[in-house]
Amino acid sequence: MANLQFIALKTLWRKECTRFLRIWVQTLVPPAITMSLYFVIFGSLIGSRIGEMGGFSYMEFIVPGLIMMSVITNAYANVSSSFFSAKFQRNVEELLVAPLSNWIIILGFVGGGVARALLVGLIVTLVSLFFVDIQIHHPLMLVTTLVLTSTLFAAAGLVNAVYAKTFDDISVIPTFVLTPLTYLGGVFYSLTLLPEFWQWVSKANPIVYMVNGFRYGFLGVSDVGIGTSIAVLLAFNLALFATAWHLINKGVGIRS
Amino acid sequence: MQNALEIQGLRKTYRGGVEALKGIDLTVKEGDFFALLGPNGAGKSTTIGIIASLVNKSAGSVVIFADDMDKNLVKAKSHIGLVPQEFNFNQFETLLQIVCNQAGYYGVPRSVAIERAEKYLKQLDLWEKRNMPARTLSGGMKRRLMIARALMHEPKVLILDEPTAGVDIEIRRSMWTFLQEINRQGITIILTTHYLEEAEMLCRNIAIIDKGRIIENTSMKGLLSKLNVETFILDLPPNSVKPRLEGFDYRQLDDHTLEVDVPKATGLNGVFSQLSEQGVQVLSMRNKANRLEELFVRLVEDGRNQSIKDKEVQHG
Ligand SMILES: Nc1ncnc2c1ncn2[C@@H]1O[C@H](COP(=O)(O)OP(=O)(O)OP(=O)(O)O)[C@@H](O)[C@H]1O
Ligand SMILES: [Mg+2]
Repeated sequence: MANLQFIALKTLWRKECTRFLRIWVQTLVPPAITMSLYFVIFGSLIGSRIGEMGGFSYMEFIVPGLIMMSVITNAYANVSSSFFSAKFQRNVEELLVAPLSNWIIILGFVGGGVARALLVGLIVTLVSLFFVDIQIHHPLMLVTTLVLTSTLFAAAGLVNAVYAKTFDDISVIPTFVLTPLTYLGGVFYSLTLLPEFWQWVSKANPIVYMVNGFRYGFLGVSDVGIGTSIAVLLAFNLALFATAWHLINKGVGIRS
Repeated sequence: MQNALEIQGLRKTYRGGVEALKGIDLTVKEGDFFALLGPNGAGKSTTIGIIASLVNKSAGSVVIFADDMDKNLVKAKSHIGLVPQEFNFNQFETLLQIVCNQAGYYGVPRSVAIERAEKYLKQLDLWEKRNMPARTLSGGMKRRLMIARALMHEPKVLILDEPTAGVDIEIRRSMWTFLQEINRQGITIILTTHYLEEAEMLCRNIAIIDKGRIIENTSMKGLLSKLNVETFILDLPPNSVKPRLEGFDYRQLDDHTLEVDVPKATGLNGVFSQLSEQGVQVLSMRNKANRLEELFVRLVEDGRNQSIKDKEVQHG
C-alpha cells in the first residue's frame, strides 16, 4: 500500500516535470530574459548611481530578491495552470478514479511547482553570475527559505486553481496580489529607507520575510529577524496545505 | 461465485436540485457481461460516476468485489477500470505517457507499465501512434485509447460508458470482439448503451434505467421474450362464467375483467375462439399501457437520432 502511494507520487511528479520541460519556451526562458533585463537596468545602469544598500553594492543587494521573485511566480504559475488545465480538460479524473490518496495529489502537484521554481531559481542565479560575484553567508538559511517559499506558493497556486472557473481566475491573484506584494516586499530596497509608518506597514507583508530570510542566506543582512522569517514561512505553509487538503478532500470544483 | 458489483438504495441529487437517481439496486455477478440500457438523461453516467468516485452519492451503498466504497475505498477503486463517456485525457500527452501514467497512479511500477502498454496498445491497434499526442487521434482511436488506459492496472471489472458512441460500424464490431475476448478471459464487463442491438449482441444480463429508476433487471433472453408479448385487457359482461384459456398466460382481475398475455407471433384469434366456445362474450378490449414498450420506442428513436448524428460526423 505504501508502495502504491510512492509509485503514484513518483508518476505524478514526473508527469508534472515533463509538462513544464515540454513547454520550456513558456516556462524557463521568460524568467531568464526578464531577470537579465532587471540585472542590466536596475543593477548595472541605475544601480551604479544608487551606491550602497545595506552595506552592499545595489546589484549584490537585489540579486537574492530577484531570485526569490522568480521562485514565487514560477511555483505559483506552474501549479495553478497545470491543475486548472487538468480540471478543464477533465484529465484530473485520471487521478480521482485511481486509488492514490488526496495527499499524493497535493504533493505531486506541489512537487512539480517546486521543481520548476528551483530550476528557474538556478537559471536566474547563473544569469546573475554574469553581473556579480555571489557569496553565500549561510547556506542552510538559504536552502530553507528557498524550499519553504516554493512549497508555500505552489500550494497557494493549487488552492487558486481549485476555485478557478475560467483561465482568468488563475491570473487575478498573481496580477493583483502577488506582483504588488513582491514589488513592495523589499526586493529593490531596504525597509530602513522607508518612513517608520511604512516600515511598520511593510511588516504585514509576508513576502518581506521571505525575501529578507533569503537575502540573509546570501549576504548575512536582513531587515527582519530570521527566526520570524522561518516562523512566517512555516505558518503560511501549514495554513495553505491544510486548505488544499480540505478542498481536495471535499472535492470542491472536481467532484459533482 | 462473488458479486462484482452490489448497489443498494443509491440516490443522487445534484446541486441545483436535479434528482438523477431515485434509489437504485443493482447486482452484477463476477464474470458477467452486463448492460445498463436507458434513454438520454436516465442516470447511467451518474451511476457510473458514483461507482468510479467521480460523483459524490447522496445516499446508498456501493460494494465492488466485497469491498465497500465507504469502508475500503483504495481496494474498491483498484478493482475497477473506467472508460468514461467523454474524452478525459490530456490532449497534449502522448499515448504512451497517458497509459503509463495511469498505471503509475494504480501503483504499477514503470517497467511493468511499459510492457503492458505495448500489449494493450497493440491489441487495440494503437501501437503505431504511441508517440503521437492524443489530440492527433481520430474519435474512434480516442475511444480505444481510453479502453487501453482502463486496462493498464488489470482491473477485475471494466466499466464502459457508451464505448461505441460516434464509432463507425466496422470499428464498433472490432471493439465488440475485443470486449467479448477479454470477458472470456474473466474480466467482468458493465457497459451502458442506447443501442438495444449492442446490448443484444454482447450482454447476458441487462438492467433498464429510466428517470433515475431501474424499471427492469433481467437476463437478455428474459427481456426479449417480455418484449415479444403484448398484454390485453378484455371487458366482459358482469357475472360472466370464468373462462379458461389454453396456451396463454392470463389473469382474471374481477368478474368482468380479464387480462391476457399474447405473444406477438401467436395473435389474438386463439383467445377469441376459445372464449366464444365457452360462451364468453367480449364487450371491449384495450392494450395495457406497457412502460417497457413505451421506453423502447423512445430508445429506438434515440438510437436513430444518434446514428444520424454519427453519420453527420463521419461525412463532415
Ligand atoms: N454535473 C451535473 N449537475 C447537474 N445535473 C446533472 C449533472 N450531471 C448530470 N445531471 C443530470 O442528471 C440526470 C442524469 O444524467 P446522466 O448523465 O446520468 O444521464 P445518462 O443516462 O448518462 O444520459 P446520456 O445517455 O445522455 O449520457 C440528467 O437530468 C442530467 O441533466
Ligand atoms: Mg451518459
